[in-house]
Amino acid sequence: METLPPGAWLPIAFAVLMALSMLLYAMLDGFDLGVGVLLRRTPEEAERDRMIHSIGPFWDANETWLVLGVGLLLVAFPMAHGMILTALYLPVALMLAALILRGVAFEFRAKAPEAQKPRWDMAFQAGSVLAAFSQGWMLGSYILGFAEGWAALLFSFLVGAIVVAGYTLIGACWLVWRTEGALQARAAAWARGALYATWAGVLVISAATPLASPRIFERWFDFPQVLGLAPIPLATGALFLLLHIFLRRFPRADHALDWVPFAACCAIFALCFQGLAYSFWPYVVPERLTIFEAAAAPESLLIILVGAGLVLPVIGLYTVVIWRVFGGKARPLSYY
Amino acid sequence: MDPLLLARIQFAANISFHILFPTITIALGWLLLFFKLRFNATRDEAWMEAYRFWVKVFALSFALGVVSGLTMSFQFGTNWPGFMERVGNIAGPLLAYEVVTAFFLEASFLAIMLFGYRRVPDWLHTLATVLVAVGTSLSAFWILVLNSWMHTPAGFEMREGVAHATDWFAIVFNPSMPYRLAHMLLASGLTAAFLIAGLSAWRWLRGDRTPGVLAALRTGVVLGAVLIPVQIFAGDLHGLNTLKHQPQKVAAMEGVWETERGAALRLFAIPDEASRSNRFEIAIPNMASLILTHEWEGEVRGLNEFIGEHPPVAPVFYAFRIMVGMGVLMLLVGWWGAFALRRGREPGRWLARALVAMTFSGWVATLAGWYVTEIGRQPWLVTGILRTGEAAGPVPAASIGVSLALYLAIYAVLLAAYIGTLYHLAGKRGGAGQEVRTGPFRPQAQPAE
Ligand code: HDD
Ligand code: HEM
Ligand code: HEM
Repeated sequence: METLPPGAWLPIAFAVLMALSMLLYAMLDGFDLGVGVLLRRTPEEAERDRMIHSIGPFWDANETWLVLGVGLLLVAFPMAHGMILTALYLPVALMLAALILRGVAFEFRAKAPEAQKPRWDMAFQAGSVLAAFSQGWMLGSYILGFAEGWAALLFSFLVGAIVVAGYTLIGACWLVWRTEGALQARAAAWARGALYATWAGVLVISAATPLASPRIFERWFDFPQVLGLAPIPLATGALFLLLHIFLRRFPRADHALDWVPFAACCAIFALCFQGLAYSFWPYVVPERLTIFEAAAAPESLLIILVGAGLVLPVIGLYTVVIWRVFGGKARPLSYY
Repeated sequence: MDPLLLARIQFAANISFHILFPTITIALGWLLLFFKLRFNATRDEAWMEAYRFWVKVFALSFALGVVSGLTMSFQFGTNWPGFMERVGNIAGPLLAYEVVTAFFLEASFLAIMLFGYRRVPDWLHTLATVLVAVGTSLSAFWILVLNSWMHTPAGFEMREGVAHATDWFAIVFNPSMPYRLAHMLLASGLTAAFLIAGLSAWRWLRGDRTPGVLAALRTGVVLGAVLIPVQIFAGDLHGLNTLKHQPQKVAAMEGVWETERGAALRLFAIPDEASRSNRFEIAIPNMASLILTHEWEGEVRGLNEFIGEHPPVAPVFYAFRIMVGMGVLMLLVGWWGAFALRRGREPGRWLARALVAMTFSGWVATLAGWYVTEIGRQPWLVTGILRTGEAAGPVPAASIGVSLALYLAIYAVLLAAYIGTLYHLAGKRGGAGQEVRTGPFRPQAQPAE
């Protein structure tokens, strides 16, 4: 590895924190966006309500990881923040509009006059699909170092579709975990559909990334590394296989292993993310700006790190509390 | 169109939409806690009913606050990259503290507050309610620290054109922060108070005599009547503070062109920047000097001392009058209501109508207040450090135009849906719709009855 500039640990710490919160975001909001994508696949109103109830207590906190991720980019790498967000201006605007639709449709569908409910369901699904798609679009554009032109746009749209598939997969696996009976059986079928699409998509991205950048190509295929890195794609493949086999067996008589597909999806997300992170290190704006060049003043970083160090464990703690309170199979939500 | 102008319009549209909902949730969280504690203390069903109705409004407003806030956190990068480059070392940590201390707190415990009533012990539910209310207030604190620092920067030094923090205490407790925080929290209290009073009065007028309606109405009116004089006092202090740090803003608020002694209070006028004078002025002699300097013949500096350095006059001037006008109306209606409802009396028809008319007065005053503050700061984005024009990014006008149109369309629909839904919920008698419950309901632990 290249030698690091002095004082490098601060930008590194922030890059790690930022990457972690983005990953957590993708897993967590990924599952509730995925449930949104699937919402109108069932015609039964009661099942739709059940799907919504399964994510009701979580979506807001899930979305906060995005706020943290972008916030960390903003505060730790101010230069990069401006460059990235202005380059991604349109997909960001689209994503925000979509997340707005998704977030409010949640509330309105339960509170607006009954006759409007189907319309809010539609808004919920459209918002979820578009949010996932625009996140993929951003990822695609980022992978290509914000290259312009039709080919780049096409690739970005392809990644957009792949992310929709990935979120659908994790959303369906969430439902397998959190629901039972007919809905669970449906969810397992949805998950299988999404699994193959995601699988194909991951292969496409893995092939395209090294081709798009010679630097990334070297990084992955130079001799001693390739041995150390091989476990990443192998493990990902194994997890896909596991899901492929496991998802045939729902609904099962006992619910003890219902969480397995969801956990496998999280692991896949983490591995793919790890692969991407390895490819781009140490750049925060691909091929243009490293995390060391983009970092904010050390004294400002330090004061954030102190705060984050104190508060993040507490956040972890109460997240656990909330997951326990709302654990198990989804039950109807009531305000009182 | 000019990309800078579009970016400004977009930013103003987004934050104006955002602030509508925090203004409600910050205070409504505490009010829900109040309803709950009253119920626990008195076992009077009326409080429970009030809780049941307003928790729904809270959930709806909170969701709108969250998603519009998400937009805000991207705005800095998409529209004002120059902002973070120059003052990121100071704005960054403040925003980061808001996320880690406030946002996670409120977003996480919201779930227990909203859906935990029958799943967790009562003390934990109460605690969650407290934590959510603390979270919203805390996030107001951090964001207002940043905003105040942009108006009255302190505790930093410039090195190679970039601001570096030297004293975090001075940054957080910058000169205008205490005034702005107090004024905003009170604004939130008033907005929620008049919303509650207005919507309850509407239900009352439609013949809904569920006890919860009257309990909420009374709470709203009394809260409004108590807070409004405090707000007027805080606003006066805020103005004095502004006079010290941003005299050109006060000159625009007051419509004073030439520096004068014994300046008159312009109740109404049409400020004209071309001729640098007011038309159709209606004024009370010496009052402005009295209010601003607490002296009959005190000197008020005029806009002509700040040529090229002062904000556009007309919007600041009008917005200030709208805010203060709302404050005066709130005082009249609030005190009338508190008097009419004394010792358990019921509201009369005219009072109820007046309250209905005032339902969204808090929104109007709050938006007007922010327009005074923010437009009054122009041409600076951060006083003395960064001009608004310098912060703009390279995004082409067409892109901003597209996104602006998208946002505006969504906001128009959502605002209509929000208000429509409030009245829809209020229209259900007793407000105790069963809409969240579907399917068999299996309570775990019954709340103590
Ligand atoms: C005086 C209050 C106030 C002001 C001036 C602002 N906000 Fe806000 N914001 C809140 C008070 C608030 C709140 C009360 O804390 C909200 C509203 C509802 C909610 O969920 O939290 C919120 C939500 C909220 C969220 C979602 C948080 C979550 O996921 O729970 C974000 C990202 C922001 N805001 C960001 C901003 C930014 C970048 C602002 C300025 C440019 C801003 N807000 C102005
Ligand atoms: C929440 C209530 C707020 C409202 C309604 C509001 C409204 C506005 C308006 C109308 C402008 C446009 C002024 C002009 O360009 O002539 C503006 C500018 C601005 N405000 Fe605020 N503001 C609020 C809070 C904040 C906060 C909390 C911050 C920062 C932390 C902030 C940062 C800015 C910035 C960066 C600009 C410059 C961009 C511009 O000139 O349009 N504002 N705001
Ligand atoms: C009637 C007496 C009032 C006076 C004298 C007053 C005074 C002021 C002044 C001088 C400012 C500008 C501060 C600055 O940026 O320099 C301001 C801003 C503001 N006002 Fe008022 N105000 C009054 C009533 C109200 C009411 C009734 C509300 C809302 C319910 C309100 C909400 C606001 C808000 C939200 C701001 C912007 C945030 C801030 O700078 O604090 N005000 N007010």
